Amino acid sequence: MTTRIKNFEQLKQKYEEYKSLVEVRADLDYDGDQKFILVCGGTGCVSSKSLQIVENFQNLIKEHGLENKVRASISGCFGFCEKGPIVKVFPENVFYVQVTPNDAKEIFEKHIMNDQVVDRLLYVEPVSQKSMHDSLEMPFYRRQMRVALRHCGLIDPEIIEEYIGVGGYQSLAKVITQMTPEEAIEIMKQSGLGGRGGAGFSTGRKWEFGRMYQSDRKFVICNADEGDPGAFMDRSIMEGDAHTVVEGMAIAAYCIGANQGYVYIRAEYPLAVKRLQIAIDEARELGLLGKNILGTDFSFDVDIRLGAGAFVCGEETALIQSIQGNRGEPTTKPPFPAEKGLWQQPTVVNNVETLANVPVIFDKGPEWFANIGTEKSKGTKVFALAGKVNNVGLVEVPMGTTLRQLIFEIGGGVRDNRKFKAAQSGGPSGGLIPEQFLDTPIDYQSLGQIGSMMGSGGMIVMSDTDCMVNIARFYVEFIVDESCGRCVPCRVGTKRMLEILTDITKGKGTLEMLDELQSLAETIKDTALCGLGQTAPNPVLSSLRYFMDEYKAHVVEKRCPAGVCTELLHYEINPEKCIGCTACARACPVSCISGAPKQAHVIDQEKCIKCGNCLQKCRFGAVIRK
Amino acid sequence: MITLTIDGKEVSVPAGSTILDAAKKLNLKIPTLCYLELEKIHYKNQVASCRVCVVEVEGRRNLAPACATPVAPGMKVITNSKRVLSARRKNLELIISNHPFTCLTCLKSTECELQTMAWEYDVQVKYPNGERMRHKKDHSSAALFRDPDKCIMCRRCETMCNEVQTVGALTAFGRGFNTIVAPAEKNLIVDSPCVYCGQCVTVCPTGALIGHSYINQVWNALFDDTKKVVVQVAPAVRVALGEEFGYPAGEIVTGKMVAGLRKLGFDAVFDTTFGADLTIIEEGTEIIERVTKNENLPILTSCCPGWINFIRYYYPSLEYMPSTTKSPQQMTGAIIKSYYAEKMGWDPKNIVVVSIMPCIAKKYEASLPNQESYGVRDVDYSLTTRELAKILKEGSVDLRYIEEEDFDSPLGESTGAGIIFGATGGVLEAALRSVYELVTKKTLENVDFVALRGLDGAHEAVVDLGDRKIRVAAVSGLGNARKILDKVVSGEEVFDVIEIMACPGGCINGGGQPYAKDRDVVLQKRMESLYKIDREDKLRKSHENPEVIALYKNYLGEPGGHKAHDLLHVENFEASVMSEWEHF
Repeated sequence: MTTRIKNFEQLKQKYEEYKSLVEVRADLDYDGDQKFILVCGGTGCVSSKSLQIVENFQNLIKEHGLENKVRASISGCFGFCEKGPIVKVFPENVFYVQVTPNDAKEIFEKHIMNDQVVDRLLYVEPVSQKSMHDSLEMPFYRRQMRVALRHCGLIDPEIIEEYIGVGGYQSLAKVITQMTPEEAIEIMKQSGLGGRGGAGFSTGRKWEFGRMYQSDRKFVICNADEGDPGAFMDRSIMEGDAHTVVEGMAIAAYCIGANQGYVYIRAEYPLAVKRLQIAIDEARELGLLGKNILGTDFSFDVDIRLGAGAFVCGEETALIQSIQGNRGEPTTKPPFPAEKGLWQQPTVVNNVETLANVPVIFDKGPEWFANIGTEKSKGTKVFALAGKVNNVGLVEVPMGTTLRQLIFEIGGGVRDNRKFKAAQSGGPSGGLIPEQFLDTPIDYQSLGQIGSMMGSGGMIVMSDTDCMVNIARFYVEFIVDESCGRCVPCRVGTKRMLEILTDITKGKGTLEMLDELQSLAETIKDTALCGLGQTAPNPVLSSLRYFMDEYKAHVVEKRCPAGVCTELLHYEINPEKCIGCTACARACPVSCISGAPKQAHVIDQEKCIKCGNCLQKCRFGAVIRK
Repeated sequence: MITLTIDGKEVSVPAGSTILDAAKKLNLKIPTLCYLELEKIHYKNQVASCRVCVVEVEGRRNLAPACATPVAPGMKVITNSKRVLSARRKNLELIISNHPFTCLTCLKSTECELQTMAWEYDVQVKYPNGERMRHKKDHSSAALFRDPDKCIMCRRCETMCNEVQTVGALTAFGRGFNTIVAPAEKNLIVDSPCVYCGQCVTVCPTGALIGHSYINQVWNALFDDTKKVVVQVAPAVRVALGEEFGYPAGEIVTGKMVAGLRKLGFDAVFDTTFGADLTIIEEGTEIIERVTKNENLPILTSCCPGWINFIRYYYPSLEYMPSTTKSPQQMTGAIIKSYYAEKMGWDPKNIVVVSIMPCIAKKYEASLPNQESYGVRDVDYSLTTRELAKILKEGSVDLRYIEEEDFDSPLGESTGAGIIFGATGGVLEAALRSVYELVTKKTLENVDFVALRGLDGAHEAVVDLGDRKIRVAAVSGLGNARKILDKVVSGEEVFDVIEIMACPGGCINGGGQPYAKDRDVVLQKRMESLYKIDREDKLRKSHENPEVIALYKNYLGEPGGHKAHDLLHVENFEASVMSEWEHF
């Protein structure tokens, strides 16, 4: 369809027209004879051949001549990545997990043609051992409230008609034809939406500042650089629902008086870039981007700018420098981008998830949004749950959900039945949250008080098999790699923190080093130029605060309680259990185990490289690791 | 005006001021390391990278950099709490933990801002086993020496090179701990557009950027019995050298300087200002020729090697514009090894000419292949004013207690016109004093072309030469050179003569001059002293210099003639510069 949509009336007509495209999936009361097969098209499932699954279904549909009755397509991330690839069949709302391309035939023949659910591909809840076909029954989904992710797992992100068919672009139309920018900004303020990039600053207020500073050339930038290791919230939104981001940007532009927008997206997200470009092109074709949108005076267009592998370019002022073609180095704030941003013009920079929430606020009203969450943190938050948790995936919960609910109910608890030790929220900028805070509600303030931060949504679960000192070292190492190098505390200070932490994990730590680490971390937090440096000490400070015993074990006893730091590991042979079978000696890569056959063997500690082969080989439990 | 409180004291400053500005008004010393502002030359480095100037601001979660934080009404600032002092010290400790401990032999010792701050703030050695950055030292050019291990990433040089000089030879390269300021791709300076103006050297707080020292070569020559060593001194040196001996800025120490040089053992002490007068005769001849024929205009001065590099890299189509005359340094050297050598019966091959310059580009100029005459280098070694102070001190000279002496003849006489070469506008003014009289055949009563004077970048005037008026301009600082050349190229402006100096303010602000704490004030004083010498000189026009007149009469013949061309002009402009780029 390439006819331009000329006004709000026409958009509404198109909505009526395209509703049928999605009704099998979207309408809970659907009682027709059509069937729809949705296959997850997020990067995780794609890398497990989900696109092949769709192709197989489409071939089967053609083979059987059922094009009028059955359709199959991709959709955005369903979230239950642990169990991917996901296939969902409508209208029965059956949720299949861990589907392979070969399974398509069985699903087609049994379910599509004979209405028989394929039991072996259903999710089995581990505790009750119940198999479930309705995702709403699953503990993973029960507490979730998908607002930013509302279209992921529902529509095909590459077809704009489907987006319109679920009401897309009507919020934009409403705002630009029926409201003044000031009225729209007021609604944003009332909703209480805060920046989802991690800082939580009121989006409405930010747009108000953007409007306040006068210029005939303003910009809206979507920060899609998502650099936190393990975070994929923004990626999933862009892969699964790029149009909502475009619509959000357009509304923001109208509010502040901008005509040009940029999505700064990291180059490491090729699928998201592709889907975003498709969305932009489609929107332009229909006149939803470009000059005089929907017959109004409002003109707005969006271009993509690729990042080039720098975490620091997720910081808004460094991002702006990068778009301008300069080194991606942050600049001092104030002045803030709303006053002097891109090309020194007023610029509003918003996170992907923040923008994804905007159309829904205008659709359902700010009170609806403000009713979700806590007093100071409104709405929902998308989390990428990862680490030592059973249900790894993408989840969206109302603010105020507790960590315990997130990790143990939705997440299904700690993997391998091990003990929970800590959760890390906010990536390298966040702090480690120990067991005693599991009942903390997830909101900006509460997490800040316990030394962490919401961050962009990465939530890594750690068990007793994780060493907190090594975790701190891991994050600092990442920061050292990504520091832009401009300011002294971050350029040199983080390096020194890394050296101290590395020494500690290698058994060369001293108590003085712990004091130095603490004061160094505090200075870096207090004097670094940008958010990257200012928050880099958080993992260090929080681990020192809550896991000092573990540090002391490393430093005083030269012992790693979690058994992770190899230099501190100690392998020994228990002479009472050793029968002298020589299996360990033969397996040792450095030949440091000596002993005659049938005699108790001994490990030469000086030569031992702590590889653990002997432990693996011994069938008599005689090798002990301390 | 905005009112705020610093350390309990109220102060009012204009909107847009920083906390540092407000503190200055209260005479409160907040230490800074990377921040530098030179108002007169429109230079401001405000990157807030060292974090040494951090202060506490009530209501702000973290410490704020005073140099880059704008004031707000009612702001409450504390500059010396435990939190502030500990943060300051810690950041200094971090800087020095990544800095070589070679102070004892570093050429910047006692003038290094990091060294001073480490001492002032009682900084301790921490992280002795920590990694240190390791970069290659860059000896590739004759003029500039780069020691990147000493860089503290203050970005002052980058700002100077990119924003004021618009040369763009330096940039930050790499990321994180290994970031370094270097030419693109970490090339050698010789493979970059560096023009060797040395302005980066004047702002570098440490020894990371420094001029190449030739002190040892000069001592070797002085102690070599087979050599005759002759020295020449530039105009701008004599009003700045005193600063290295405790004299106030701008103190005129000419006589003492000459005496000191003589004591070191130079066989003759000459004045480059003589060469400046000589330059005026030759260049003036060329100016008159081109102006009369109305050909190849505007004619541009060519005594500044930094500027000549600049035109070659960025405006190669305008290469016909600079005059073909050599610089005063080179001319003086050429005359020493020909005229003076003949007079003294010396073999030119055994003469070593040393020049004392306010400049590091002169080291480069002296090394160029075509800066020679009859197969002999015009100038062998060029030392900066700073090096002169060092070599005098090494040679047991304390300028304060030495008796004044005069330059030697026949290259010691100078006029006020030659002296003012050291300030921007001076070459042009000197040229006009002679050109006017030569063209109009009238006496110039008022020789002061005040409109062409002043430290801020660009001046112009219209001079009435009787049958025609000529438009002249003098610019200093390569950013200003770029601006005026762009206008000339586009046709927006038309000039007949333009003087261009690479260093903002002219040679008094050269890359080899003593480091000045309060540069704007110091430059003003140096400049005023040059004009004072000019004012008090009985000879103020180059063509009245008796020794110059004698030179032509007895040796050179006609100005612009055959011999003058051999010795005092560069034959082929192509070959005069950028020989190091020939392999591209």
